[in-house]
Amino acid sequence: MTAPPLAARRKPPRKTVARIVYHAVMLTVSAIFLLPFYWMVVSAFKNNAEIFARPMRWFPDPIRWENVADLFTRPDFPFLQQFLNSCFYAGMVAIGTCLSCSLAAYSFGCLRWRGRNLVFGLTICALLIPPIVTFLPVFLGWSKLGLKDSYWPLIAPYFLGDAFYIFMLRQFFLGVPRELMDAARLDGASEFRIWWQIVLPQVKSALVIVGLFAFVYTWHEFFTPLIYLQNREDFPLSVGLFTFRSQRAAEWSMAMMGATFTALPLLVLFLFTQRFFRQGLATKGF
Amino acid sequence: MADSGEIAAGATLPRRRRKAGRAEARAGVLFALPWIIALVVFTLVPLILTFVIAQTKFQIIGLPTWVGLANYEAMLKDPAVWTSARNSALYAVLSVPIKLVLALILALLLNRVTRLAGFYRTVFYLPFLMPAVSGAIVFMLLLSPTGGPVNLILGALGFDAPDWLRDPSVALWTLVLLSLWPLGVETLVFLGGLQNIPRDVQEAAELDSPKAWHRLVWITLPLITPMILFNLVIGIISSFQVFVQAIVIGGTTGTPAESTLMYMVVLYRAAFRYFNIGYAAAMATVLFVVVLLLTLLVFRTARSWVYYEGESR
Repeated sequence: MTAPPLAARRKPPRKTVARIVYHAVMLTVSAIFLLPFYWMVVSAFKNNAEIFARPMRWFPDPIRWENVADLFTRPDFPFLQQFLNSCFYAGMVAIGTCLSCSLAAYSFGCLRWRGRNLVFGLTICALLIPPIVTFLPVFLGWSKLGLKDSYWPLIAPYFLGDAFYIFMLRQFFLGVPRELMDAARLDGASEFRIWWQIVLPQVKSALVIVGLFAFVYTWHEFFTPLIYLQNREDFPLSVGLFTFRSQRAAEWSMAMMGATFTALPLLVLFLFTQRFFRQGLATKGF
Repeated sequence: MADSGEIAAGATLPRRRRKAGRAEARAGVLFALPWIIALVVFTLVPLILTFVIAQTKFQIIGLPTWVGLANYEAMLKDPAVWTSARNSALYAVLSVPIKLVLALILALLLNRVTRLAGFYRTVFYLPFLMPAVSGAIVFMLLLSPTGGPVNLILGALGFDAPDWLRDPSVALWTLVLLSLWPLGVETLVFLGGLQNIPRDVQEAAELDSPKAWHRLVWITLPLITPMILFNLVIGIISSFQVFVQAIVIGGTTGTPAESTLMYMVVLYRAAFRYFNIGYAAAMATVLFVVVLLLTLLVFRTARSWVYYEGESR
């Protein structure tokens, strides 16, 4: 942001009071937002008795580090396997989305063809349809193919495209200068080469944004894997955590440890890619 | 939208360019083809099939039999449908506006240039990174009357803390509360709008009217109405589909006393517990119509309150 105008730099006392009030309010709100994270992590390192102890303990004593190992080595629950499943699932969807959606977005944003506006209009409409409305026939279709209990129905569609990300990417593709593509065309480059070698490098950060969003949303995905998958060895973390919680209602510290490890990879990812996340959100809007 | 003119202009271009245009058109269709296939196979055809299945009795095993509108008639007589529809509507009516207003206030507060702005922004955004399942489970512990910090803090402040999860008159509010936690996305959408307001507009307004309140109502709010529209539409669409939080907190029966029973949960129950696909398809169709009507209504009224700059996309 630009520097504040000179007048604002002289700080009359009233401004200082306003500033203190401002930060007091913001820090209180921040504390409210962070409380669930804090409580999740703290409870993960307690045992059940401590979690429900009176008076309440704001900090675990002792810190039970063995809870981490417990979670990953439980003989009765494949948490590590589910963690890896989530990585595979979200990673594949992110790759598929980047490939398919950038192709479609290039077509909608940079190439002129008859029917383009119609198809793009349908894409916007698809964006507004609640997923459950199309879910049942698609589910029956995958069942008929005998692929119901696998990752095919969860991943394959994203290799063809997704309305939301196509819409998002198109916004970026519209900003690529047309002269660049026209020059390459005059040199006889094929459209595929122009897409791959000239346009994609221009929208690299947009692709990172789309990949990250796809990864995060897939990591969160709950309904679809819950319906398609049968064995808990195949579940991603979201579904695994849910079944764990409902089967072992008493084990709160394990549930909190599980919740922590379900959120942790995304928090780490976010720390390294904050810049992209913020850019991605700034471009939303009709 | 502005491109249709360019296409028409293509007719007068020299032949070489026209040939190039044909190659471009071919590539355009080819590149969009995977998505067109997806659109047909995963959206258009299933959409129509859902309407068809809704007119049948279909139990997964065996063939569907035509029953006409019987599923819809059964829905009208199903108390679970009515209860869940009422809960979902109440949830939407509470959650969408509260979330919108809070996100707007937060964005206005964030829109100051301060040293900690980046920190605050990050904090408000973090809940978005918490998977809904984790979030709901954590809230169950957070709001527990025995050992939960929320009731302890409320008690220390002198409030009578409610039994968030077991009191049927409170449980729906608990779900609304849970939906407010990840409002960072809405906030950042608003913030993006606020930061796009040109500096000279702001400075002119400051000269014109010294009252911050007036500037907010007459300058700032009108300029971010496109973001309000975006958040409103997305909010309405997603609030009717809330599922994860509802099933974690209330199970498939909407405990306590069906007070957290959501429409999506009843639909899920019908399809994947009772294997009554035809009935679930009828419920999905009704959901589709309701969401469609609400979206159309919002876009209709949007003309009178959304302000677009001449050049904005």
